[in-house]
Amino acid sequence: MAFTLYSLLQAALLCVNAIAVLHEERFLKNIGWGTDQGIGGFGEEPGIKSQLMNLIRSVRTVMRVPLIIVNSVAIVLLLLFG
Amino acid sequence: MATAAMAYGSSIASHGKDMVNKELHRFVSVNKLKYFFAVDTAYVAKKLGLLVFPYTHQNWEVQYNRDVPLPPRQDLNAPDLYIPTMAFITYVLLAGMALGIQKRFSPEVLGLCASTALVWMVIEVLALLLGLYLATVRSELSTFHLLAYSGYKYVGMILSVLTGLLFGSDGYYVALAWTSSALMYFIVRSLRTAALSPDSMGGPSSQQRVQLYLTLGAAAFQPLIIYWLTFHLVR
Repeated sequence: MAFTLYSLLQAALLCVNAIAVLHEERFLKNIGWGTDQGIGGFGEEPGIKSQLMNLIRSVRTVMRVPLIIVNSVAIVLLLLFG
Repeated sequence: MATAAMAYGSSIASHGKDMVNKELHRFVSVNKLKYFFAVDTAYVAKKLGLLVFPYTHQNWEVQYNRDVPLPPRQDLNAPDLYIPTMAFITYVLLAGMALGIQKRFSPEVLGLCASTALVWMVIEVLALLLGLYLATVRSELSTFHLLAYSGYKYVGMILSVLTGLLFGSDGYYVALAWTSSALMYFIVRSLRTAALSPDSMGGPSSQQRVQLYLTLGAAAFQPLIIYWLTFHLVR
């Protein structure tokens, strides 16, 4: 597999898009991954599942606006250069 | 007129240099980076020997000097970024030479090889960071530490390719097996003392199990990537 730096950027953009489209109410709650279902108290270390849910929620919150910009740039570049 | 222009030009240059420095300091903490390049010849020689034959080394702890880790000049166990950087560049040049021997060389191939290896290293560091975050390991391992430990595999790759070029395909597989096992032993011992010792008392056993799986996974990934990045060079 011969990678270029550009394919890495493309793959990263697609992965972040995939995380961003996971809808909170319609999907994550139905499989038990909603962020208000996982807080297990203030005791010991949070488990892997709650860390993962926190990560998904923070990625969605933080990357919403930059993703719009980066996706628009990618669309324009792909239209121009194929 | 010329002196005024020169003075103006030099003031512009110094202003530009300050701006670049400021921007660079925002992204990369240069002092932390300098720690990883504070090496000397004896350290490099001993570290290379350790990478090839780690089985007799007894003490794997990183030594501290009042809560500050000692630089690599004074501590053999400290990770550095000099060896991985030089090994990466040597690997790219060696790949070009190996492809030239097989008459498959062109200048684009060199850039492709370099960016492929770089992309795999980025993927590995990101996977390790994700694993460390999910397992809530509170340790000293920063991104540069993980970059250093991921970069040590290039030494094994160079040795495998050299042996393959000198002794043919059998030599390549023998060198691959030897360097893979040495590297796996090295990674497991180093990461166990670096990642687990500050937190080995606390946490339920499931956390420690996850950390163990993480270390073993990182170690098992090394031979695969060494084979993947070098087998097309030794036909």
